Amino acid sequence: MEHFEVRATLARRAPGNRQQAVVGVNASGNVEILVERTLSETETLVEVTTAITGYRALWQAVIEDFFSRCPTGGLRFAINDGGAKPDVVSLRLMQSAQQMGGGQ
Amino acid sequence: MADWEKQRRGRNERLAAAAGYASGKVVLAKDVVPLLSAVVRTGDRVCLEGDNQKQADFLAEALASVDKTRIHDLHIVQSGVVLQAHIDLFDKGIARKLDFSYSGPQGHAIARALDAGKIELGAVHTYIELFARYFMDLTPNVALIAAVQADRAGNLYTGPNTEDTPTIVEATAFKSGIVVAQVNEIVDKLPRVDIPGGMIDFVIEADRPFYVEPLFTRDPLSVTEIQILMAMMALKGIYAPYGVRRLNHGIGFPTAAIELILPTYGEQLGLRGKVATHFALNPHPTLIPAIESGWVEQVHSFGSEVGMDEYMRRRSDIFFTGHDGTLRSNRLLCQTAGLYACDMFIGSTLQIDLAGNSSTFTSGRIAGFGGAPNMGSDARGRRHASQAWLTAGKEAVENPTSLTRGRKLVVQMIETFGEKMVPNFVEELDSVKMAAELKLDLAPVMIYGDDVSHIVTEEGIANLLMCHTADEREQAIRGVAGFTPVGLKRDRKAVEALRARGIIRRPEDLGIDPLSATRQLLAAHTIEDLATWSGGLYQPPAKFRNW
Amino acid sequence: MSNLIDLVNHDYYEASARDRIAGILDPGSFHEFLGAENRTISPHLAQFNLTGAFDDGLIVGAGRLEGQPVYVAAQEGRFMGGAFGEIHGAKLVGLLRAAAANGARKGIKAVLLLLDTGGVRLQEANAGELSISEAVHGIVEARLAGVPVIALVGGRSGAFGGGGIVTAFCSRIIVSDHGRIGVSGPEVIETNKGVEEFDAKDKGLVWRVTGGRTRAMMGGADCFVRDRIKDFRAAAIAQIGAAAPFTLATLVAEQKRLAARLQSYGDCRDAPEIWRIAGIADPASIAEVSEEAFASLPRLKEAAHDAR
Repeated sequence: MEHFEVRATLARRAPGNRQQAVVGVNASGNVEILVERTLSETETLVEVTTAITGYRALWQAVIEDFFSRCPTGGLRFAINDGGAKPDVVSLRLMQSAQQMGGGQ
Repeated sequence: MADWEKQRRGRNERLAAAAGYASGKVVLAKDVVPLLSAVVRTGDRVCLEGDNQKQADFLAEALASVDKTRIHDLHIVQSGVVLQAHIDLFDKGIARKLDFSYSGPQGHAIARALDAGKIELGAVHTYIELFARYFMDLTPNVALIAAVQADRAGNLYTGPNTEDTPTIVEATAFKSGIVVAQVNEIVDKLPRVDIPGGMIDFVIEADRPFYVEPLFTRDPLSVTEIQILMAMMALKGIYAPYGVRRLNHGIGFPTAAIELILPTYGEQLGLRGKVATHFALNPHPTLIPAIESGWVEQVHSFGSEVGMDEYMRRRSDIFFTGHDGTLRSNRLLCQTAGLYACDMFIGSTLQIDLAGNSSTFTSGRIAGFGGAPNMGSDARGRRHASQAWLTAGKEAVENPTSLTRGRKLVVQMIETFGEKMVPNFVEELDSVKMAAELKLDLAPVMIYGDDVSHIVTEEGIANLLMCHTADEREQAIRGVAGFTPVGLKRDRKAVEALRARGIIRRPEDLGIDPLSATRQLLAAHTIEDLATWSGGLYQPPAKFRNW
Repeated sequence: MSNLIDLVNHDYYEASARDRIAGILDPGSFHEFLGAENRTISPHLAQFNLTGAFDDGLIVGAGRLEGQPVYVAAQEGRFMGGAFGEIHGAKLVGLLRAAAANGARKGIKAVLLLLDTGGVRLQEANAGELSISEAVHGIVEARLAGVPVIALVGGRSGAFGGGGIVTAFCSRIIVSDHGRIGVSGPEVIETNKGVEEFDAKDKGLVWRVTGGRTRAMMGGADCFVRDRIKDFRAAAIAQIGAAAPFTLATLVAEQKRLAARLQSYGDCRDAPEIWRIAGIADPASIAEVSEEAFASLPRLKEAAHDAR
């Protein structure tokens, strides 16, 4: 079991006013993501809980790529991982940002 | 005085030795092992019919039961090594040498037998290549084949699963070989004659119908959003701009996804009638919605598919059928169509290296090639033009002229990561290491990089035709390799430059929102939906039905 | 092309628990109790190196169905097979107790249970088993208080183990083709009784015995719907009104109905035998006809009842 956070200080606020969303399911090869608009507008944070250890650098790369593509200022993401591949994680992160009103 | 008829005399001796077990050409199932013991000799080249679909399984088990002190060192020359009995032949020492094309489920067993010195491997071929060698230097002495029905004169009805039979029989019967057929039943009158009785020496009514693997049935339930995204990119980024009408689809889920979004996304793009009209393709159940919606004009098939027979019988405008109504498949001819008459092959693979070479041989698994390399290679002998072929050819050179030959589009669809987070993009193919360990002369490559025109991943499409240096090609591949180590080691500037030139295209460059890639785009969500689309004509095999 | 539209709407089976709730209730009317932001993750799963879910795989709340207030609970069948754990179970029990205690006063017309479960979670089995008993008790109390409890079964995990028992206690049961209802799951039967008794890999057999068609045909469910969220919604609206009062007379009638069914078909080994005894002309066709055609077939006479 591994738990870690990836943070960024951003300039871009996530659009929309929705306060919370849940995307995906913690099932095999999938992830559940809870997004909440609880941070200051320039901050963003992804918390990851995964049973598959040893891929922290990969998570970091996927999440930083997501930050570079989507304005997520103010959003806190929490992920329960069911062993998803990076492409699925990217897709779910983008879906979750879109649900908050800030897709690409 | 020279003896020019040794083979014919040898054949007559074998027939004489077997005569006691036959009544005319008919042999009872209980006599199958003595029959084979009479007609097969040590050192023979034997073709035990079996490919990725139909299997002469009754004869395979019988051959694996012969006395190995009397019959050994056989050289097996057949397209598929698929059954346990095929492996038993080598484990027991009845057979020693192997030339084949496809192994599928026995990929691990072959690797183990090779490692243990039980198999002396000739080569892993493509289908046409092996068939070609039947007429050159691998002509079988004995062919053990499978058919649906026979009459007492030995005429065979091979029915929808004709597949390799005509080719095997042609090579064996006309070079003084012996042909033994297992049939599901012996009847007085055949629905049609697929193989004339004059080429058949013995027929045996087996104790069960020959086995057919439903290899080409993909359950729509398992198609993922990522595969749908890749399918959308392929349709919009490759099928549409090249106007690809004549093609072959591989066996994997990404191409099943393409089939399932033709009537939805393809329709939205206005592509019906403009792309994907003529196929060299097994009867994929996932193609039913596209056929029913008027996309497909014609399909020629390598083999049949379990459950599709009645559907095809009732869609004779689309499929090749005999006058009896049932499908006529032919692997050699369909592979030839795939090689020469298709403008595109699009399929999945398991590993791609930095030059675009791809392989399904991953560590400890000798999977074989099947037909992909024939479809997935440029036919240098092709001389007829088409829009897709000419466009691809022009892209591949810097200054095209009227002498510039066309190119086949060879598209590999691959998700950047496989099961258990194994990266599908690698610096070096597993097959290179395997070839060294097993002392093979040639590392097995399914599709050579210089034949690949495009790679489609969830990150984008790389157009390798437009890459003119090895370095460009490497960066184009890294540029769609996602978060794999190969992808992370990309030169970001070079990749952006390739993107600006249209060599790499991301979903957003194609006007595709990745979030629109949902299962709602699938024209069928379940096997049951496919049966519904077919008006009840498609009868899925039990393992795919819950009713 | 006409059936294309219909097939792509084929959706209850594939939808998430949240999407099912959103589609069944009046748009925008759902209010979740103990939402994901509370992070009510199972405290047990981490010991087994398993990650949890923020709602522990059960979503509970209140909403409106055609304007009428209802409570709803939905299991996420893809998280741990929808299985009951401690928190998952406690959330369901809490909802049922709320319905029993003050549902009638608040005008709650029904509790909808969107079941999608293989039973009890092995990693927290004791708590899970306990919660099944408490849930069953909760259903009885809610029904006694005049709030019908409606089961909807159409997900990939079906309603097995304790989930099958919970279903059987409900006032009305709605099922689709994909839905399966039973206590011991196919694999459990095969493991304990042998493959000769029940071949769990024979999907046709599994559905013929536990599937939606058989359950509906025999009265094990009250209503068969196509695999569409909108069809489940329409059926839920209809079944609330059809629910029998929870009285001794209802229970006696139910007991009689079940006894009669056992007497008629108790020796049958597979569903087509039942159809044959019941005088259905082409027993094999029951599994073959389309969802629409099946929905319009008459059910067995033993299924017609005002009990449950």
